[in-house]
Amino acid sequence: MRVNGESLKLEVPCTLKAFLEKNGHMMDRVAVELNEKIIPKAEFSSIVLSDADKIEIVSFVGGG
Amino acid sequence: MVDKFVLGGKEFKSRFILGSGKFTLDLVKAAIEAGGAEIVTLALRRANLKGNESILDYIPKHATLLPNTSGARNADEALRIARLSRELGCGDLIKIEVIRDSRYLLPDNIETIRATELLTKDGFIALPYMYPDLEAARRMKEAGAAAIMPLGAPIGTNKGLLTRDFIKIIIDEIDLPIIVDAGIGRPSQACEAMEMGCSAVMANTAIATAGNIAQMATAFKLAIEAGRAAYLAGPGRVLEGMAEASSPLTGFLDAE
Repeated sequence: MRVNGESLKLEVPCTLKAFLEKNGHMMDRVAVELNEKIIPKAEFSSIVLSDADKIEIVSFVGGG
Repeated sequence: MVDKFVLGGKEFKSRFILGSGKFTLDLVKAAIEAGGAEIVTLALRRANLKGNESILDYIPKHATLLPNTSGARNADEALRIARLSRELGCGDLIKIEVIRDSRYLLPDNIETIRATELLTKDGFIALPYMYPDLEAARRMKEAGAAAIMPLGAPIGTNKGLLTRDFIKIIIDEIDLPIIVDAGIGRPSQACEAMEMGCSAVMANTAIATAGNIAQMATAFKLAIEAGRAAYLAGPGRVLEGMAEASSPLTGFLDAE
């Protein structure tokens, strides 16, 4: 799978929520695009990822 | 009468919008507090897997977040960034920033007009950052902009109000809040922008690159308040080619 532009092997299917938690992301601090579609937070725990997915995980940083 | 700044239906006491870039996180907090800023801009980027400190932890809860669409090179990318920002639960205010030029970072007014239309239709309260061109400002207003954010000078240069005459034209002709964004480097320049009739001033680099960040944020706060008060008071007229005594011209000593 592709995560923020980098290749990653997803060994076993897992939910989006589990994937984010495993990678140390805080649920209320990130927004997620899965295969170019924005995923509402309420769906994080019901969506199951596969190795073919392309994910963008974004958050706020300082900026003008 | 209390002078309030209304933006996107919300009322603000402060007319100082603080950009949060180029700061360490604790200094963002210090700058917001010292400057009394109630609106703080943010950018959206790929989440860092290492280190979980979030800038949101350093912004007081009462502050209104104003995400920008920096990184967008066209209107569609601006919409994508804006929608992702909205997912982060910061509301509908968005500063539209569409830039293709990588040297001077000047905004693409044409794509910005299109972005204003797209984002407004999508429910955003759009504040387009733009090159101060009157026709472009008119089109942004027609497209639904809630305010216009003309640049004073290229981003991050601290060069001040290089575009002052053109910003003044926009203030005179466009019935929307006009917020000078980019280039303001000194409190005196922020004050001048407010005296001219700008509704608010946004500053970031001026504070972030100052010797003492909190002190400079305070200086900006005072300058913006002074400029606003002067605008409301109505600046006195300018005399050219002559002078006019301030002291009485009668009752001089030794007068016969």
